[in-house]
Amino acid sequence: MAKKTPYYDKHVALGGHIVNFGGFLMPTQYKSVIEETKRVRATVGVFDVSHMGEIEVTGPDALRFISRITVNDPSKLSLNQVQYSAMCYNDGGIVDDLLVYRLKKRYLLVVNASNTDKDFKWIKYNVKENVTVKNISNDIAQLAIQGPDAEKVMQKLTDIDLSKIKFYWAREGKVADIDTVISRTGYTGEDGFEVYFNKTYADKMWDAVFDAGKEFDIEPIALGARDTLRLEMYYRLYGNDIDGTTTPAEGDLMWITRLNKTEFNGREVIIKQKLEGVKRKLTPFELLDKGIPRHGYDIKDDKGNTIGHVTSGTLSPMVERGIGCGYVEPEFSKLDSEFFIDARGRLLKAKVVEAPFYKHGTHK
Amino acid sequence: MNFPKELKYTKSHEWVKIEGDIATEGISDFAQEELSDIVYLELPEVGTKVETGKAFGTIEAVKAVSDLVAAVSGEIVEVNEELVNAPETINNDPYGAGWIIKVKMSNPDEANSLLSAEEYEKFVQEEH
Repeated sequence: MAKKTPYYDKHVALGGHIVNFGGFLMPTQYKSVIEETKRVRATVGVFDVSHMGEIEVTGPDALRFISRITVNDPSKLSLNQVQYSAMCYNDGGIVDDLLVYRLKKRYLLVVNASNTDKDFKWIKYNVKENVTVKNISNDIAQLAIQGPDAEKVMQKLTDIDLSKIKFYWAREGKVADIDTVISRTGYTGEDGFEVYFNKTYADKMWDAVFDAGKEFDIEPIALGARDTLRLEMYYRLYGNDIDGTTTPAEGDLMWITRLNKTEFNGREVIIKQKLEGVKRKLTPFELLDKGIPRHGYDIKDDKGNTIGHVTSGTLSPMVERGIGCGYVEPEFSKLDSEFFIDARGRLLKAKVVEAPFYKHGTHK
Repeated sequence: MNFPKELKYTKSHEWVKIEGDIATEGISDFAQEELSDIVYLELPEVGTKVETGKAFGTIEAVKAVSDLVAAVSGEIVEVNEELVNAPETINNDPYGAGWIIKVKMSNPDEANSLLSAEEYEKFVQEEH
């Protein structure tokens, strides 16, 4: 049976279109994907992201363990710092992409909602060090407050000096008189915060944030706009752009992969791919023709041969053009390469561009 | 949600207004709300023959693409060209300025098998 976050009744009352997303009943939009996207880019919006999974790692070997199961290097993390990373199988396929928080007494791994159970099993299966892992997802609510005015909104609710929290850093402390982990992170490309707290306080936090944001026309934002916002930044979506059959080398994630670490799951395969090259690479493109690329459409060369497929696509409300990404053979992944997207039989011309698609994000 | 009584409907969420042998077709209030954010339309040219139940064009919203299905058979005599530059008109006024095509019906009896406003409203409620 589909799960609900503590905000389900609010989503319904706000007129959200509810769908089953990764096992959770979540809104895809309240009013309009375009308007919600523009709200976040213009002032500030609030996402219920309580469906995300949180896994705690504690014990004397926590750092060594996390280093072995993730591709990035958690030893680079200072106290209260956050890192974007990924977990791989031994064959290099991606189990999930995630955030690693180094907090006072623990590490916190924040994973994709639909992967939480799979990830937790995989993490437990990998334990050989002296660590304790605990899935605390069911106790935690999470809100993402995103947009250029996010700091002004949240500063009203806390004594923590938010201007001192840099991008991808966190603090533990009171927000709206509730114990939280608050980090300057997000999935939109705008400045903003993600706040984790016990779900008992879900309503209290929601009301406090919306009260504080009133003067900035704060609005709730649903998953549809979350998808356009993240794609405008070329942030990966697990299950579309990366999954168990794609590696960090193929998924254009070498910038988070630290091959100088002596041991981590998938290392040998990724090194081999780096030396020998990959057969396909995730590639961001813009449409030159009018239209919208969509997940699953074929990518073709000028002779009509299929050279790959689209993993994510949308009409960018900000760039006002079809944008997307997909796996293509490496010769087509170079900047300015051109190919065609087969939109239900209509061939739309596309060009490889430099990501992000939207260049004016306010993230610090 | 609005289901004007004077119109006929299809299970693929088009509406039709019959005047003599001319049928004006668009998509229902329910359909535009489900699609939301309509951004492109691909429409046939005047003179194109359409057939009941067959796609005659496509409608693209930010989150999905969908076929436009002919409610009646016949020949297209007019296409709403205004929609090319202002597709959001369908979201704003699905039963008025958001009409899509006018068809000269080749078999006006087909209109009898379309759904009434009451039947369509019931269909929408049962489906969702």
